Amino acid sequence: MALLSRIASLFRNLFRRTRVEQDLDLEVRSYAALLADEKVRTGTRSDAARRAALMELGGVEQVKEQVRDVRAGMTLESFAQDIRYGLRLLIKSPGFTLVATLSLALGIGANTAIFQLLDALRIRTLPVPHPQELTELFLTDTTGRRGSSQSWFDVLTNPIWEQVRDHWPDAFSGVAAWGEDGFNIAPRGQVRGAQGLWVSGDFFQVLGVRPMLGRVFTAADDHRGCGLPGAVVSYAFWQRELGADRAALGRPISIDFHPVEVIGVTPASFTGLDVGKSFDIALPICSQATDDAFSFLDAGTIWWLTVVGRLNPGWTLARATAELGTISPGLFQTTLPKEYPRENIKDYLHFKLAAYPAATGFSGLRQMYQDPLWLLLATAGLVLLIACANLANLMLARASTRERETAVRMALGAPRSRVIRQLLAESLLLATIGAGSGLLLAGLLSRFLLSFLNTQDNPLFLDLHPDWRVLGFTIGAGVLTCLLFGLAPALGATRIAPSEAMKAGGRGLTASRERFGLRRVLATSQIALSLVLVAGALLFSRSLRNLLNVNPGFDPNGILIADADLTQIQTKLPWDSRVPYKLQLLDRIRAIPGVKAVADVRFLPLGGGTTDNAVWREGSDSSHAITSDFNWVSQDYFRVMETPFLAGRDFDSRDTSHSAPVAIVNRAFARALGLGPNPVGQYFRRQSTPSDPEMDFEIVGLAGDSKYRDIREADPPIAFLATSQELRFANYSVQIVIRSSLPASDLTPLVRHAVAEFNPEISVDFGLFTDTLRDGTTRDRLMATLSGFFGLLGLLLASIGLYGVLSYIVVRRTNEIGIRMTLGANRREVVGMVLADAALVLGLGAGAGLAILLVVGKAVRSLLFGLRPSDPLALGIAIVALAAVAMIASYLPARRAARLDPMAALRWE
Amino acid sequence: MKPESTELLQGTLDLLILKSLALGSLHGLGISRRIEQITHGTFVVKPGSLFPALHRMEEQGWLQAEWGASEANRRAKYYRLTRAGQRQLGAETERWSRIAGAIGRALEAT
Repeated sequence: MALLSRIASLFRNLFRRTRVEQDLDLEVRSYAALLADEKVRTGTRSDAARRAALMELGGVEQVKEQVRDVRAGMTLESFAQDIRYGLRLLIKSPGFTLVATLSLALGIGANTAIFQLLDALRIRTLPVPHPQELTELFLTDTTGRRGSSQSWFDVLTNPIWEQVRDHWPDAFSGVAAWGEDGFNIAPRGQVRGAQGLWVSGDFFQVLGVRPMLGRVFTAADDHRGCGLPGAVVSYAFWQRELGADRAALGRPISIDFHPVEVIGVTPASFTGLDVGKSFDIALPICSQATDDAFSFLDAGTIWWLTVVGRLNPGWTLARATAELGTISPGLFQTTLPKEYPRENIKDYLHFKLAAYPAATGFSGLRQMYQDPLWLLLATAGLVLLIACANLANLMLARASTRERETAVRMALGAPRSRVIRQLLAESLLLATIGAGSGLLLAGLLSRFLLSFLNTQDNPLFLDLHPDWRVLGFTIGAGVLTCLLFGLAPALGATRIAPSEAMKAGGRGLTASRERFGLRRVLATSQIALSLVLVAGALLFSRSLRNLLNVNPGFDPNGILIADADLTQIQTKLPWDSRVPYKLQLLDRIRAIPGVKAVADVRFLPLGGGTTDNAVWREGSDSSHAITSDFNWVSQDYFRVMETPFLAGRDFDSRDTSHSAPVAIVNRAFARALGLGPNPVGQYFRRQSTPSDPEMDFEIVGLAGDSKYRDIREADPPIAFLATSQELRFANYSVQIVIRSSLPASDLTPLVRHAVAEFNPEISVDFGLFTDTLRDGTTRDRLMATLSGFFGLLGLLLASIGLYGVLSYIVVRRTNEIGIRMTLGANRREVVGMVLADAALVLGLGAGAGLAILLVVGKAVRSLLFGLRPSDPLALGIAIVALAAVAMIASYLPARRAARLDPMAALRWE
Repeated sequence: MKPESTELLQGTLDLLILKSLALGSLHGLGISRRIEQITHGTFVVKPGSLFPALHRMEEQGWLQAEWGASEANRRAKYYRLTRAGQRQLGAETERWSRIAGAIGRALEAT
């Protein structure tokens, strides 16, 4: 019987063990003492009496043990009984069970899915032995770091890494370095990307990753001039590309057109240190120098290696950092690059290495998504709360229909805790079913979320198998919801005096205010929470709209991007022929019918690649410098982009490596340097860079403003330089932008054909500019879509909740309404009475919701573009929408009240 | 010297405990003595049977326990019947009389 008494005793027995134990101990001992007293009274000496009493007792511990057995058995048996009873009740009302299970499964499923992503991204440690010992070695301050950075991560140069490798302090048991790169595994003329890793020789040893097949690199593999000693591939790559064939060991694969022998396969659990990506092929760092022309090994201004160290047991980050601090001055003195810009040499010499925790790995994805995911988790949590409030209301309704049954049982002496336990058993069952289906649903949802975040240029990989944290989260959510929607109704149902309840079930007038209290509170909090959800959804969708409406200063529609790899051909040509060769290729593409304009560009705007430098006016000095972004483009770039060209001339055949350097600047540049409305003909000076000394540029053209780094930024000053004046760009693949009226599907084969005709050795990769831009707003689309979904769900649930409460109130007040109507109240007054109830709930709820929004609004500010969290339009629309839905939800009950036949209502029981 | 005590029949102990508490609340030793008294020493309940039974019956909601002071001013746990316990006593008594009557008649039959 009494499910509640079972649960309560389960709690007592499991969670309050010590108290129960103490109680039992006291009880048995007091029995012995009383027995001894009795014997003393009959004349026994007190110590003898105590001994005799204990003997008669048969051992305190044995008695206690027997009691424990009985309690445990009782608990289980009665628990099973209550569960059976609960199941019968649920089966008897399938509609209720279905709605309850569905809303719980959705609520818990959404929460678990988001938590699962957070877990994989943020919380879980790397699948290597003792991940807590892993640290990252990086600069304490990057001010004055010059050159080019090849990664999102904290990266150092190879000369710095080699110093660390040769002089690492005692704090570490080993140090390793790695850098990411893209490899082309297709034969010449084609492109097939693979995620590449450059790793130091003992990378795998330091991490503790053992090969699943073959061997991994050792320190001996990684030495200058090593050539291509072999490749270690990931398990996924071995499955996908090598057919999971054990004989693949020793076989060559093509990496950037060089054959490389596969020497080992890593286990499936290891996917690299970049959480969110999975590596395909690892090569030793020394192999990066295979092509002398592109070697990074001695480059003091190319930052591309992330350095990790494994702490020796007993060492702390602080002590390791202190040790690194002592070796830093010598290290940076030794590695100071000759070409380092002189104004930053002091900064370089003051660089300091420190140790940072790295147990959870590295992730660009994490930086980008952890805040949005926490926010989404909170949002999904609100939906679950609203669902719980609905269920609590339903349970209340069910409890009140059983009011008389409850009252009878309590009148017959069932303790209140018993009845509560039984009511809770039903909730527990629902929560368990809900959490179970939620867990299943979460598997699907988290995969959907991941595919949403997956973009063409940035394939994602996250290990999503549920671990104990995810399971624990789901169970926690289930228990919490069970208590939330089950406990309040159970407490409420058993609070009333039995005599009252039995009367109330008979005939009442206006059901007492107190009984509605809980329902009103529930409905009010639902309204408040759904206002938060709806306002959030509106904020994020308006933010997305703002983003999509930003004028980037160019028209991305109808632009095809062709990445052509000319490096293999270019490097064989004499320097002077390289630019003309590339121009011939552009001419060939321009000749395709339907192509309007063709140009090449170093950094595609909003594409991720950026560089900036200090510039100042001719005749001024570096103390009056501003920072400007730089880009390199060819003739016709502005025509392709449809960026307005305002004054002066475009780059043309006059601009070569032998002619004086020229630049086209945008209006923001002219404004920032104070060059007046037409800067054409004026000069500016650019600070020295790792590759060039301080230089003067003549401004030959003025272009309209455009975005550069990020669609969210204010129009930045940009100086465009001519690709035809920069010979070293021959070392990179050429990014060609093509404006055409043809659809991309028609144009792509034409361009491919033209390039192959020009030279079959050139490999080309195609993309749409609009896709690249779309990838830049993934996070915003995610927030808008999901918060919109949660907002609708919340609104729907809240309206159901409000409808339920009002219907209930009307039913309970049927008698009262009948009397009012008999006394002359007309239908409008009755409707008004019901709507006033609704308006009260709505008003209080909306007020509370606004208050919550104002408090939590700060947390979302950084995720919004072009509006504030207190955006009046979004809040206004949310309130209006909520009011509309609330009025619809209350209309039906109000109409029902108005149609009551007074006579029937008076007789109604 | 105690009179010879008899093993309790299954189910009898509950009835005896309920009966012993019919007049008011008692602590563990009190219940044990009261049972001895009302059965004229036929049944002696050992703590090893008494306490498990008391706790089980408390779980079933027939008894309610609370701490109080005993005669000699010692703290002791006092048990009393709940309303459910009183009903149970009624039901058990009726059942027992039926069984006792039936067994008696059966034994008298020749």
